[in-house]
Amino acid sequence: MSQQARSLQDQVARTEKGEASDLLKPLIQIEGVTKTFGDFVAVNNVSLTIYQGELFSLLGGSGCGKTTLLRMLAGFETPTSGRILIDGQDMTRVPPYERPVNMMFQSYALFPHMTVEQNVAFGLKQDGMPRDQVRQRVAEMLDLVELGHLGRRKPHELSGGQRQRVALARALAKRPKVLLLDEPLGALDKKLRERTQLELVNIQENLGITFVVVTHDQEEAMTMSTRVAIMNQGRILQVDTPHAMYEYPNTRFVAEFFGSVNIFEGPLLEDEPGHVVIGCPDLSVPIYVGHGISSREGATVYAAVRPEKIALSKEPPADGTYNTSTGVVEDIVYLGGESTYLVRLDSGRLVRADLQNQTRSSEPELTWHDRVHVSWEHSNVVVVTS
Amino acid sequence: MTNRSPFLISALAFGFAFLYVPILLLIVFSFNESKLVTVWGGFSFKWYGELFQDEQLLGAAKVSLLIAAMSATLATLLGTMAGLIMARFGRFKGRTLFSGMITAPMVMPEVITGLAILLMFVVLEELTGWPDGRGITTITIAHTTFAMAYVTIVIQSRLSQMDDSVEEAAMDLGARPLKVFFLITLPIIAPALVSGWLLAFTLSLDDLVTTSFAAGPSSSTLPMVVFSSVRLGVTPKINALATILVVLATMAIVVAGYIMHRQEQQRKRAMQRALAEQDAM
Repeated sequence: MSQQARSLQDQVARTEKGEASDLLKPLIQIEGVTKTFGDFVAVNNVSLTIYQGELFSLLGGSGCGKTTLLRMLAGFETPTSGRILIDGQDMTRVPPYERPVNMMFQSYALFPHMTVEQNVAFGLKQDGMPRDQVRQRVAEMLDLVELGHLGRRKPHELSGGQRQRVALARALAKRPKVLLLDEPLGALDKKLRERTQLELVNIQENLGITFVVVTHDQEEAMTMSTRVAIMNQGRILQVDTPHAMYEYPNTRFVAEFFGSVNIFEGPLLEDEPGHVVIGCPDLSVPIYVGHGISSREGATVYAAVRPEKIALSKEPPADGTYNTSTGVVEDIVYLGGESTYLVRLDSGRLVRADLQNQTRSSEPELTWHDRVHVSWEHSNVVVVTS
Repeated sequence: MTNRSPFLISALAFGFAFLYVPILLLIVFSFNESKLVTVWGGFSFKWYGELFQDEQLLGAAKVSLLIAAMSATLATLLGTMAGLIMARFGRFKGRTLFSGMITAPMVMPEVITGLAILLMFVVLEELTGWPDGRGITTITIAHTTFAMAYVTIVIQSRLSQMDDSVEEAAMDLGARPLKVFFLITLPIIAPALVSGWLLAFTLSLDDLVTTSFAAGPSSSTLPMVVFSSVRLGVTPKINALATILVVLATMAIVVAGYIMHRQEQQRKRAMQRALAEQDAM
């Protein structure tokens, strides 16, 4: 992430709290939007504000409503209720051809009977732009995506990666206020995808156009976005920066969807402003969490611990009163930079720990069937109530 | 895996024979010197010469071609509209009924279609004075009715294969729906339009039953003339005419096949080039 993106994140946070003197202008305001198809509620009372210059991701599994929400921004679907404002103007019922937004489709949707240049020029011609200006802008866009030399080819004469770039150039050519991207990297292979992610972010920052990206890939959302909204069953569960989403998920679903996590379920034993204690039948000792939550004692809560925040050792930890348990290493998955250890606790519960491979030693310190102590710092636990 | 058993080979030979021996016989006998169709009297082009002297046959051929071209065009126009509704309009009340009615002329016995059309024209003429007798116009309308059903199927299946988001992309880039249709949809389905038109053209060209009901005294089509002259006795002239038609049709198919093959090759080469470039990157 660039410094520019980081400072935008801070500015968004200050704007949301209303404490900034340099308040950001909301570019997209989604107000209580619901969309139903027959009995099926695709999008359920969603409200969302996206600011100028953001690279905003809508993340969720298939059928969560993210694509429907994007299509309502583009104008292909009309909300059943609620309003959508773009740059302060009500766009709820404005047809797609009159909106200041453009979309890059998952299938790219290139016009098969036109050359690359004609594809990129299509939108400009619809606006009645003079011919020499069109030619200039097309050349500019093709240079931007490094396809200047392929302007006369037809889409079927291009590789998948090249088609993706043409689609991007075509969608950007009209300099929309917002670019909507539906799974922009979904059809590319892994290597090309990683490179294209960075290029997309670069292009977005250079042009300053707001991007709204729909994706099901949490890694993609994490690497690219200034902010992410996680959706499930038509609702938005959390809107946050990737960092906050990962470290401070507000629900069990978000914790599990955004990265992998160990969830321990149990009753709330002690609820103090500075800490809470959770009794967990899966562990031999209770869980101590270094922050307060707003719930009542006795309620069932979930303690979430990320795998990389779990320590494994053959020696018992110094303080054995909280946040620890013992178990046996059942499986080790070598991933190059790190290894994933699956530890079967004495209670039968499986816990995942990710450890960095800092040396080249072929013999790992811990091996199969080793008895180990599993532990973590109390500051590294997040408690969610649902 | 190839397992060319004698059974498969004879099945192949029999199949081909079943399809093509009659046509081959017809071609051979068109060069027959003798006036008797079934008796070989030596090789000759005589009947071809006579064919081009026969005003009635040539006139009928002209009428047939004219009707075929007009009804194919009309059927393509109407069929495209119907196909578009079926593929793009989504669900509407009576959709099943509509699609059933579109395809009904394909399964309806032609005698019934023809009779119904004749009745309609007679009633219409009594009520409005139009059509004034039956002729080329009424035949064209009759042919359009059944040819349209076939065109609709061709267009609809092409449209349902087409990626909807291509049209959405055009709209997203600022084109209004009508413009999207003419700039994007129509060019993409153009090959289906051509094949639909050709299908309608051939259907019209060889239709006899419906035509007989809709035809008037001055508008005999080629199949009608051939059929009535065969009833008086087959002359080698008819064989010559049929041979010319077979040759023309074969040539059209060969040329179309060659062009399609060449396009496919070009496409493949371009695809390979693009992939090679990507790998080199």
